[in-house]
Amino acid sequence: MTMPPPPPQAYQAPPQQQGRGAPAGRYASPIPVRTPGLGDAIASEWTKIRSVRSTMWTLGVMIVLLLGIGLLVAFVVSLSDAPAEDVPVLTLGFFGVLLSSICVITLGVLTIASEYGTGMIRTTLTACPSRARMLIAKSVVFFLLAFTITTVTTGVVGVLQTAMLDGATPDTGLWVRSTVGIGLYVATLGLLSLAVGTIVRHSAGAITIMIAVVLLPLVLAIFMFSPSLASVQEALFEWSIPNQIGAIYDVSMTSSGPTGWEPLWALLGVTAVTMGAAFLALDRRDV
Amino acid sequence: MIELDGLTKRFGNKVAVDHLSCRVRPGMVTGFLGPNGAGKSTTMRMMLDLDNPTSGTVRIDGRHYRDLQEPLKHIGALLDAKSMHGGRSAYNNLLCLAQSNSIPASRVSHVLDTVGLSAVAKKKSKGFSLGMGQRLGIAAALLGDPEILMFDEPVNGLDPEGIHWIRNLMKTLAAEGRTIFVSSHLMSEMALTADHLIVIGQGKLLADTSMADFIHKNSRSFVRMRSPEQERLRDLLHAEGVVAVEAGNGTLEIDGEEPERLGELAGRHGIVLHELSAQRASLEEAFMQMTAGSVEYHAHSDRDGAPPPQAGPQWGEQWNQQRPGDTAGDRTTGV
Repeated sequence: MTMPPPPPQAYQAPPQQQGRGAPAGRYASPIPVRTPGLGDAIASEWTKIRSVRSTMWTLGVMIVLLLGIGLLVAFVVSLSDAPAEDVPVLTLGFFGVLLSSICVITLGVLTIASEYGTGMIRTTLTACPSRARMLIAKSVVFFLLAFTITTVTTGVVGVLQTAMLDGATPDTGLWVRSTVGIGLYVATLGLLSLAVGTIVRHSAGAITIMIAVVLLPLVLAIFMFSPSLASVQEALFEWSIPNQIGAIYDVSMTSSGPTGWEPLWALLGVTAVTMGAAFLALDRRDV
Repeated sequence: MIELDGLTKRFGNKVAVDHLSCRVRPGMVTGFLGPNGAGKSTTMRMMLDLDNPTSGTVRIDGRHYRDLQEPLKHIGALLDAKSMHGGRSAYNNLLCLAQSNSIPASRVSHVLDTVGLSAVAKKKSKGFSLGMGQRLGIAAALLGDPEILMFDEPVNGLDPEGIHWIRNLMKTLAAEGRTIFVSSHLMSEMALTADHLIVIGQGKLLADTSMADFIHKNSRSFVRMRSPEQERLRDLLHAEGVVAVEAGNGTLEIDGEEPERLGELAGRHGIVLHELSAQRASLEEAFMQMTAGSVEYHAHSDRDGAPPPQAGPQWGEQWNQQRPGDTAGDRTTGV
């Protein structure tokens, strides 16, 4: 860049040569040109997500909830007189995961909706006009971050819980599901929140919608006393998000419904469809 | 080079931009002028592909904005000072932009230095004053060292020093051969910075002209006369072949005559004068007439439709000499 050093003193009026007698040559920048790609967009989104307070807050609170509730439950269970072998140790992580999923939902929504709130989205899309690239970069960065934090923390909680309680040794399948499986499920739930945030473009609105999605089916089902609604009630119980998380842990309110990895596939499907809608909205709408 | 071709934007029934066709040429400052709500910002947003045009196209260096591989190296834009995340530091706000366009991180410090924000680079941008926010926006625009720069109302809310700085910055950037496109609703501001003018009103193109031409055509000078014996004065002027137009309040306006000659004429015939003054319609007035004319087109046809008989070329020259100065006020009043 050939511009002189800092302002305001620096920009002296140039000689009166601009205007109609202006230089014919176009400006050519000395900065080397390298065509940016998805990697650059991901680097950019990583800078964004690590440089705002809300990331630290939501993830910090999430880790505290997972550890705190996980250890508290294990402690309470260790005080009881029930025979130790009957305690499915890893499933005790369920309570912390349910609460901490709210944190991931918040972060997922904020990842995009805060850009609309602050006006940053205009700058972002001016710098990266490809809506697909921007959305993919945001999703990748958010998903990897949420997945890593959740998996590592649930892993630590699981180890501590099994150390505190000498119950039945969990099998490998449950170990994988209660760490990697939960990590994938919670991060996907966050991704769904990101997609909803993209469509709604308003932080509070999108967070409210997502909390309703998590809690409302279960709450509604509880109050469906009418026998004619029994089948609806059962479906709501089975596919409510708390029950899906429970199913990953092998603890379910219902005898039927999703088991094992099934909740993850279901949520992935819903998220993929919502993300498609989010992309279309982003692509078509004025910013 | 930015080319607009039949650009139209409708919001429901309201037409914000109406078949706008023009081009923004390199190596000069092009002023984009129009009253508030004329469609300036909407046009700029369509140029950056933030709003989708209802019809028509915008091309940046021959390509659609979305097809630009590294947009920040083609075009830098300051839309408004509130296009950053307030919770992020100035440095990080610019760093994430640089990364998305594979611009080396060293440029971030460089542009922060250029706009004078190095000292607050690590501070959160929400604590910035309006002027600092504006500077940060300009730093973002300069980040890719682009050939085209676009500023939407850059001097809004700035102190005189900041205004002066932005004016000189734009001139320096244009002198380097860049394309500068700057919007404003203040004619006086444009007269000091722009080489070329694109005027819109209600989304329609009203003028696409060089600044010198605009001044030449629109700085109508005339003589104002007021007399208690208005009838006699009119007859006298008529007899001398001087066209006088009644302008209300008992004053007459005469185009193309020197006040000396008219004064002597009145004196010779013993007509009492209460006022005899040379007047110059300000550019601001010319601009207001032009944009008011977009409502009722023919309303202004008698004023700037026909070329003024004696529009002095000295006006253009005067403007050039005055350019480095800061006072826009003295040309908006009559002499």
